[in-house]
Amino acid sequence: MAKIVTQFYPRFYEARVGKIALVTMDNGEDYKKPTTFDEEALNSLNKALDVIQKQPDVKGLLLTGKHYIFAAGADLTQVPFINTFEQGKAIGQFGHATFKRIMDLPYPTVAAINGAALGGGLEISLYCDYRTVSKGVTAIAFPECFLGIIPGWGGCTLAPRLLGPEKALELIIFNPLSQNRMIKGIQAYEMGLADRLFDTAEFLDDSIRFLEGIIDGSEKVERPPIDSSNLKPMLQQARGFVDSKVHGAAVAPYRALELIEGAFTWDIDQGFTEEDKALGDLIKSRQCKASIYSFDLVQRRAKRPAGVPKVEPLKVSKIGIIGAGLMASQLALLFLRRYEMPVVMKDIKQEFVDKGLEYIQAELARLVEKGRLPEAKARYLFALVKGTLDWADFTDCDFVIEAVFEQMEIKQQVFAEAEAVVASNCILATNTSSLSISEMSSKLRHPERVVGLHFFNPVAILPLVEIIPGGKTNDVTLASTFAVAKQLRKTGILVKDSAGFLVNRILTKMLVDCLDMVDEGADFQLVDEALLSLGLPMAPFELLGFVGPAVAAHVQEILNRAFGPQRFPVNDNLKRMVEAQIPGIYLGEPPNRKLDSKVKNLWQQRGEKDFRKEEIVERVLTNLTREVDLIMQEGVVADTRDVDLAMIMGAGWPFFMGGITMYLDMAGYTPKVLQKVFFTF
Amino acid sequence: MKAREVVLVDGIRTAFGRAGEKGFFWHTRADDMVVKIIRELLRRNPQVTADMVEENFWGATTQEKDQGLTLGRTSAILAGLSEKCAGASVDRMCASGMTAVNSAASEIALGAFDIAIAGGVEHMGHHPMAATADPNPRFLVDRLVSEDALVMGKTAENLHDMFPEITKEMADEYAMRSQQKMAKAYEDGKIAKMIVPMTVYTPEGWVVADHDQQPRPDTTMEGLKDLKTPFRAMGKVTAGNASGLNDGACGVLLVAADKAKELGIQPKMRMVAYTYAGVRPEVMGLGPIPATHKVFKIAGLSMADVDLIEINEAFAVQCIAFMKEFDLKLPDEPRLNPWGGAIAIGHPLASSGPRLMVHLMHEFAENPTAKYGLATMCVGLGQGGSVIWENLQTDGKETTKKKPATKGKKK
Repeated sequence: MAKIVTQFYPRFYEARVGKIALVTMDNGEDYKKPTTFDEEALNSLNKALDVIQKQPDVKGLLLTGKHYIFAAGADLTQVPFINTFEQGKAIGQFGHATFKRIMDLPYPTVAAINGAALGGGLEISLYCDYRTVSKGVTAIAFPECFLGIIPGWGGCTLAPRLLGPEKALELIIFNPLSQNRMIKGIQAYEMGLADRLFDTAEFLDDSIRFLEGIIDGSEKVERPPIDSSNLKPMLQQARGFVDSKVHGAAVAPYRALELIEGAFTWDIDQGFTEEDKALGDLIKSRQCKASIYSFDLVQRRAKRPAGVPKVEPLKVSKIGIIGAGLMASQLALLFLRRYEMPVVMKDIKQEFVDKGLEYIQAELARLVEKGRLPEAKARYLFALVKGTLDWADFTDCDFVIEAVFEQMEIKQQVFAEAEAVVASNCILATNTSSLSISEMSSKLRHPERVVGLHFFNPVAILPLVEIIPGGKTNDVTLASTFAVAKQLRKTGILVKDSAGFLVNRILTKMLVDCLDMVDEGADFQLVDEALLSLGLPMAPFELLGFVGPAVAAHVQEILNRAFGPQRFPVNDNLKRMVEAQIPGIYLGEPPNRKLDSKVKNLWQQRGEKDFRKEEIVERVLTNLTREVDLIMQEGVVADTRDVDLAMIMGAGWPFFMGGITMYLDMAGYTPKVLQKVFFTF
Repeated sequence: MKAREVVLVDGIRTAFGRAGEKGFFWHTRADDMVVKIIRELLRRNPQVTADMVEENFWGATTQEKDQGLTLGRTSAILAGLSEKCAGASVDRMCASGMTAVNSAASEIALGAFDIAIAGGVEHMGHHPMAATADPNPRFLVDRLVSEDALVMGKTAENLHDMFPEITKEMADEYAMRSQQKMAKAYEDGKIAKMIVPMTVYTPEGWVVADHDQQPRPDTTMEGLKDLKTPFRAMGKVTAGNASGLNDGACGVLLVAADKAKELGIQPKMRMVAYTYAGVRPEVMGLGPIPATHKVFKIAGLSMADVDLIEINEAFAVQCIAFMKEFDLKLPDEPRLNPWGGAIAIGHPLASSGPRLMVHLMHEFAENPTAKYGLATMCVGLGQGGSVIWENLQTDGKETTKKKPATKGKKK
């Protein structure tokens, strides 16, 4: 594959008001390969500016991008090769020096943001005197803090000066740490990032007309004065937000806060110098490397899952859901929305069915209320669902998924009943979180059509599904299930039929150790705080309450049976909690959350050991290192990248940990415990 | 039904580019060019807002891909007209745009709409002439037409055969004068007024298409003399005395006369009459002759009543034949194509009809004593189209010409 090179093309237009330089950023590819900046691109910009500066009588400059893309920022493929402060700093300096040439031009300059403007792509627009934005733009963002760096080509220095503290913090801190949220053209205009908002249809023509108006004085741009009086409280609020998201485990957002604060006292050059230093520190950092690795997993590996058989998937035109409980209803809703095909939902009592249908109707109504679904469409979708008690309604289903009680006999029974009515190639999928697929299908006439399709709660939000073939599952079933996952807009990863599959096995292993340490004398809150300091989205005992002690204990037992008490001991205190029907460890919400006294009374600690946080983390991660190694040896997944992708997408583990294996490698656990690293090229 | 008066409020076109990879519209969609024209017409005429346009009528010879899917409707949506705006597309080959304008005017005349946008577009780079057509074999088997009929250059050679007195030198001189007239018009700033600049993508950066790519102002008889005659050995038709292959769009804003009055709009010209007529496909260039005789008959006018003539210069020979038929002055009739024609400007098929009208509109403005203008063009497969407009930009000056005897449209 030939290297893609971004060029800056200078062209000239003899406008009504004199000569205008039109500069286009283009890498010669379509919008699927957005324009990015590397050293060669910056050289091209320098050359373009040389050409423009040699032209006499230039009255203004307009900078824009190829169709649908303004520019998507720095070329991240270089990041893995940067190991020193000096290298990172030099990248900052070269960007600043080059972009600043635009700022120093003696005539008006306009950045016409015609499409996605991300990171360095948004930064370059800040060097222009004015910005126009198209109503069609959907992706404007500084994703840097999401990727372990900071907007260091002028973003941290120029955005606060243009927008004031509140909006700058929104763009640089809040949005990237909120699932990398992006803003649209209209929002960019409303927040003052762009001076004009134009229709897509004539966007560049209108932008050129705007520049002509600036040149001849017929256009005036009024910007409200910047109010930085609230800088301190704003920064404090942002710091609190960052703490709640990364718990001090990521460096970049804190560094960005310092730079934003500095922007209100330093001059621009000092701001740029500080940005250079920050890039020097951050690009070489573990968090940045891991983030780029994670980003690549989510961008590429997630879209082309490994292990999909190359056969034509079956066409799905009717879906059967066995069960009408909360999980089943969530699945029915998801299939309805993504397939817009008939969905039949079966349970054993009319009241269960009714409750499931009510849930679906209420969720559809909620979507209508939020403006995400037209009312007429919601009515149509609801008309596609049928609740039933009768297997006969499953006769013409192509894809059936069960979400009944997590017990082998019950699942075997509903599959046997389903098999009696469906066609011989109808896929029977199970949403089991831990039961063996092979065993579940063992009593069927056609076990080859049975497959595990494990969703994560909440179904609508978590983008991962584990796809688990049983011993007899055939290629068509497997390929079709991957196709179903794709249609549902979920990322499927192929997991071996083994106890707990992948994500639950890792989470349970962590929980088992945490419970153990509490038994030995550790404090629940201390354990939670220790693990949160890694940057996990949810502490283990918080997660326990979210999943429910009964489910957690059940999975634990299954893992215990499969792998023995050495690795997966059954925790008696947890069992007692289940028997006492206590829903969680804590009561109340943070910061007023406290240990439930019932838990305290029931828990029988066998020791009084004093734990330090470091010790807790070390125990958990050392054991996780071993467990991940066993997972790989057993072939639960084919590649450690799938472990990481699964933890990012199924458990929400942070980019800057690189899932888990990248962290274990970089933090030294894998070398210490296993005398190797997980990472392979 | 009783017909109402219909007036043309404004007209505008894109630059005409050279068809093919070297043309500046190569990476631009035809429907986007139409969108540009629609929006520019509204921008220039703020009394007419987007939600007031009721009909969007576009002509294109090839109605597929970026010119397909009912261009009149798709471009209405893409341009941001009201969802209530209707849209249609029509094909009469080179006269597709002229037909769109005439048909929209007829709709207004009969009360179907008050306000319409109409025009023509042809991206000949994306749609080489008849490239995807599948002519019925009976045309040849039954000798309905000669093989020449589908190759426009051959039909022009046939005209030379038919009129041996029209020599190659005469055709070349006509072409040279067209180039010169247009060069002068360009110099005088007349052409730029008719063109809306459009930013267009190229792989070497966006550029602004604001001038025609076809004109060769330095054309000389010497230079024309030895050009190849691609349509036959020892022929007379060359790239120099024919129009080129081009990309372009042109559209007009049409309003019922009473509606224009209500809105306080000063219209530019009034439609008097139009018609079309067929001729043998092998000599399609004759088309303007019967069409013009017919439109004069409908309007009760004669060539003597006409102050300005815009004829589409598909081929020089076809214009000379027309001039001879109507006893116009050779080699240069001052009333005819005063600012040059398609040989210089280019001929993006369907857009040429409206382009002739836009020329009339601007020429009328400069000639307030002029009363009637004729736009006429030949059409592939043997047709001609002619339309007569009355000047409304007379600055209160009396014109010398008599009123037409009959109304423009038959009831």
